[in-house]
Amino acid sequence: MAKISLEQVKHSYLAQPAKSEDYAVKQVDAVWQDGGAYALLGPSGCGKTTLLNIISGLLVPSHGRVLFNDTDVTKVPTIERQIAQVFQFPVVYDTMTVFDNLAFPLRNRGIAEAKVRDRVMEIAGMLDLESSLRRRASGLTMDGKQKISLGRGLVRDDVNVIMFDEPLTVIDPHLKWRLRSKLKELHKRLGLTMIYVTHDQTEALTFADQVVVMYDGTVVQVGTPVELFECPNHTFVGHFIGSPGMNILPCELDNGTVRCAGHAVNTASSGRPRSDVTKTEIGVRPEFVRFDDHGFPVHIVKVDDLGRYRIVEVRYADQRVKMIVEEDAAIPSGSARISFDPAATRIYADGWVVN
Amino acid sequence: MLKTANQKAWYFVVPVVVLVAFNALIPLMTVVNYSVQETFGDNVFFWEGVKWFEEVLNSDRFHDSFLRQLAFTGMILVIEVPLGIGVALSMPRKGPWVSVCLVLMALPLLIPWNVVGAMWNIFALPDIGLLGRSINALGIDYNFTQQPESAWMTTVLMDVWHWTSLVVLLAYAGLCSIPDAYYQAAKIDGASAWSVFWRIQLPKLKRVLTIAILLRFMDSFMIYTEPFVLTGGGPGNTTTFLSIDLVKIALGQFDLGPAAAMSLIYFLVVLLVCWVFYTLMMRHEGQ
Amino acid sequence: MGIELRRVTKQLGSETHIYETNLVLESGEFNVLLGTTLSGKTTLMRLMAGLERPSSGEVWHNGENVTGLPVQKRNVAMVYQAFVNYPNFTVFDNIASPLRVARVQADEVRRRVEGIAELLKLTPILERLPNELSGGQQQRTALARALVKDAALVLLDEPLANLDYKLREELRDELPKLFQDTGATVVYATSEPLEALMLGGYTATLEQGRVVEYGPTVRLYRSPGSLASARVFSDPPINTAQVEKRGPIFFLTESVHWTAPAGFRDLADGHYTIGVRPHHLTIGGIDQGVVKVRARVLVAEISGSESIVHADVEGNLWVSESHGIHPFEVGDIAELFLHVGRCLYFDNDGSLIGHQADTASRDRPH
Repeated sequence: MAKISLEQVKHSYLAQPAKSEDYAVKQVDAVWQDGGAYALLGPSGCGKTTLLNIISGLLVPSHGRVLFNDTDVTKVPTIERQIAQVFQFPVVYDTMTVFDNLAFPLRNRGIAEAKVRDRVMEIAGMLDLESSLRRRASGLTMDGKQKISLGRGLVRDDVNVIMFDEPLTVIDPHLKWRLRSKLKELHKRLGLTMIYVTHDQTEALTFADQVVVMYDGTVVQVGTPVELFECPNHTFVGHFIGSPGMNILPCELDNGTVRCAGHAVNTASSGRPRSDVTKTEIGVRPEFVRFDDHGFPVHIVKVDDLGRYRIVEVRYADQRVKMIVEEDAAIPSGSARISFDPAATRIYADGWVVN
Repeated sequence: MLKTANQKAWYFVVPVVVLVAFNALIPLMTVVNYSVQETFGDNVFFWEGVKWFEEVLNSDRFHDSFLRQLAFTGMILVIEVPLGIGVALSMPRKGPWVSVCLVLMALPLLIPWNVVGAMWNIFALPDIGLLGRSINALGIDYNFTQQPESAWMTTVLMDVWHWTSLVVLLAYAGLCSIPDAYYQAAKIDGASAWSVFWRIQLPKLKRVLTIAILLRFMDSFMIYTEPFVLTGGGPGNTTTFLSIDLVKIALGQFDLGPAAAMSLIYFLVVLLVCWVFYTLMMRHEGQ
Repeated sequence: MGIELRRVTKQLGSETHIYETNLVLESGEFNVLLGTTLSGKTTLMRLMAGLERPSSGEVWHNGENVTGLPVQKRNVAMVYQAFVNYPNFTVFDNIASPLRVARVQADEVRRRVEGIAELLKLTPILERLPNELSGGQQQRTALARALVKDAALVLLDEPLANLDYKLREELRDELPKLFQDTGATVVYATSEPLEALMLGGYTATLEQGRVVEYGPTVRLYRSPGSLASARVFSDPPINTAQVEKRGPIFFLTESVHWTAPAGFRDLADGHYTIGVRPHHLTIGGIDQGVVKVRARVLVAEISGSESIVHADVEGNLWVSESHGIHPFEVGDIAELFLHVGRCLYFDNDGSLIGHQADTASRDRPH
C-alpha cells in the first residue's frame, strides 16, 4: 500500500525534445492517496497511457520524480515496485490452468505452496472463478480471461497499486456492468489503491472517487465525479464529461450583466473575467436547460427519443443548445422559450471557469 | 472465415491441377508402374507383384541408409531448432540493426545448394581449406574424405550453417507478433527470463515452430545435393543418405524395380511422419 | 423495396449460425441490428451483402432475387470495426477508389469526392495518407468511401467500436443525417442498446442467431414484445422477478404488493414475470404509481448526475438508476421506488402482456 506522488513529471518519446509539442506528458504534479480509487480520463493521445507506464516503471520519465510513500522510485524497475496492471487485451498464460495463472505471481516470488493455495482460492472466490480453476486459461471467454488478468494482480498482498489500462474495451456491454461493479466492490473490500485509465466517461465516473481529466499532455482538472459534473473548470472538461456534453455559448458582458444574443442570463459566477480576455462564454449542461415561459425564445430543431429521456436540440441566432427532457414531460413544437438554471451556469474566460 | 459463394474461384485452381498432374501425379504413376514389374530393357515388362518391396524392406543396405537418414535428420533438428530460437531471441526487436541482422540471416538461404556443397568441400579440405587446416593446426586429426566422424561432422555443420537461418527468420517473425502487454504483464508478475520464455514466448511460437520443424524435417530427410557434392556419400557408405542411395541404385546399377519400390517407401515415410506430426501438433492446439 | 430475407438460414458444418429468418428492411431507412457478440449480427450482414450464401432461403434486393449473386455485382458498401483503408493511397484516392473502379470521369470523380469530403469534414486532410490520421479521421475516410459510390445497400458493422467515447457520440449524431437523403438501405450492427436509441430508425433485436423482434427503435424499447427482446435492448440490464397475481393484486413477496394497473385487472390469477428498467427503480422521485421496496446495497456508483445502485431487492440482484447524487455504502439498506405502473409484465412463455403488435406489416418480420 502506498501513497503515490508525481513531481513535475514530463515525458517525451524523442531523444532531444525541443518544443512543448514534443512531449507526450507536458507537466504533471499529482498526489494519489493510499487506498483511493482514481481514474485517468481523456481522449486517445492525451498522454494517459504514458503516465500509467511511468507509474508502473515500464517507462522512465524524461524529467521529474515518482515517489511511492516518499521513496523515490523513478528509476526503480517494475518488478521491485510491487504493482499490478491489467491491460486492454487480456493477458493469460495459455499453457497454464486458471489456478496456475492466478498462482503465478506468488510462485515467482517464492511463496510457500500452502499459502499460494489459500490466496488463490480466496481471490477465485471473489471473482467467481472457482468452477473453472482446473480449466486451461486459453479456453475461457474474454471476460473470463480479463478476470484472470485482474486476479493475478489481486492475489498478491504486497501490491502498492493496481492499474487498469482500458480493461473493459473488449467486453460486451451487459458484462461490462458486472465486471465494473465487481471492481468497485473489490476496491471497497480490499482497500487497495487503484488507477483506472479510460476514454469512457461513464467508466471513469462510476469507478473512481477522484477523476483526473487529461488533455494534450496536461492535467486539466482533478475532482470527484460530482465536482467534474457540476463545476468543470475548463470548457474541455464540460464538453468531455457528460453525454451530451456541456453547452458552451458565446456571451457578452455588459456592465457586469451576462448576455447571450442580447438576453440577460444569471450565472453562478460572482467574479468577472479580466479585460484582456479574448473569448467569454457561458457553460450550462443539457440537464440544467428547461422550458420556461419567461426565458428567451428559441426554435426547436430536433428531438431524439432515447427511451429514458429525450434530447432536444434548440436554436437561437446561430447557436445550438441541447437540453435533456424527461420521459413524460411535454415538448412544445416549433418555437419555445428556455432558461438556464443559474446555479449551474458559469462563465468561462478563454476556456477557464470564472468563479 | 471469409468464405464467399463465388463458384468461379474453381477456375483459378485448374492450372494448378494441370501442373500437379504433370509434375507429380504422372511421374508418380510411372514409379508405381516400375515398382511392381521387372524389365530388361526394350520396354518389355514382367509382373512381379510386391517382390521389390519385400526385397527393399528386407535389405540391410536400405536399413543402414534409413538409419543414417534418421540419425542425420534427428541431429540437425536437435541442433537447428533450439539454435534458431536462440539466435532469434538475441536479435534486436527494433532499431537500425534489425535490417542488418535480417540480411545476414537471409544470406545462406540465397546460395544454391550445389554451391554450398562445393564451398564447404573446399573450406573443409584438410590441406588447403581454412576450416580443415585450422582444425588440424589445433592438433586434432581431421580429414573428412577419410574419416567417417569428420565427414559426418562436416555434413551436419554445413546443413546447420545453411538452414538454421530459416528457423531463425520464422521464429523471429513469431516473436515480433507477441504483443508488448505480455512482456509487461510478465515483468509485473515477477516472472524470470526463463518463465517468460517457457510460458509466453514458446507457447506463442508453437505455430511457426510447427511449420519450421516440418520444413526442416522434409528438407533434411530428402537431402541430396549438398552431401553428394561434399562427400559423395563417403568415405565408404558412411554419409550415403536415402536419396543418395536411391540414385545409386536407380542410375548407378540401373535396378529400376527396386529403386521405384524404394522411392515409394521413402515417399510414404515422409508423408506419414508429416501427417503424424501435424495432427499431433494441431490436436494439442485444439485443447 | 429495400432488402428482404426470406426464410434464410445459415449453417456451417453442424453449427447453426442463423436460424430461419424473415426480415424486410425498407430502402431509405436506418436499421440497427442489436445483439451481443456472436448473436449473428455480422453473419446476417454478410448474407445481405452476398459475401456469404444462405444455406437455405432467399435474399431479395429491390424486388429482385439476388441470392446467388456475387458481391461484386451488387451495389453494396461495407464499413468495418477495424479502419480499412488503402495504406498507400491518400484520403482523396481512398475515397475516389470505388468511382475509379466504376470508370467514372476524372472531373466527375473530383466533384463527388470533394462533395463527400466536405460533408464528412475531410477537406483539409485530403492529401494525407491513412497512417497520418487519427482513428476518427480514418473511420470517416472509410465512411466517405462507402458513401461516395451511392450504394443501394450500406452495411456498417460496429463502425464506431474502436473510437473514443466523444468521437463516437459525434459520429453517431452525424451518421443518420449522412444517409438521410441517399435513399440507401442502411444496416448498422451494434452491441450497445444506447447506440441503437441514439441512431433511431428501426431496430432488430438478435439473440443467438435469431431475430427476436423488429420494429421502430423507440417502440421496441418502450414495449418489447418479449422478455428476450427486452433483455437484449437494455443497458444497464433489465431487472426481472417472478410475481404472483391473486385477485386484483400483484405480489412480489407477501409484504411487497400492488394493485394491478389498468389493463391488467382482468388477467387470470397465477405467476407472471415483471421487467423493470433500472430507471424505473429509483431513489426518491415521483411517488405516484410506485411501491416502496427495501434494498441491501451491494455497490453504489455515481456518474456525475446519476446514481447507480446495485442492490439485493427481496432476493433479486437488481440495478437502480436515479437522478441526483445519492451516496451509499456497501451493506446499507436503501428504500427504492418501484414504478409498478411502468413495469413490463410478461406471461410464462415470455410474451409481453398488453403488447399490441404493430398492425403495419413492415414492423413485423413476416
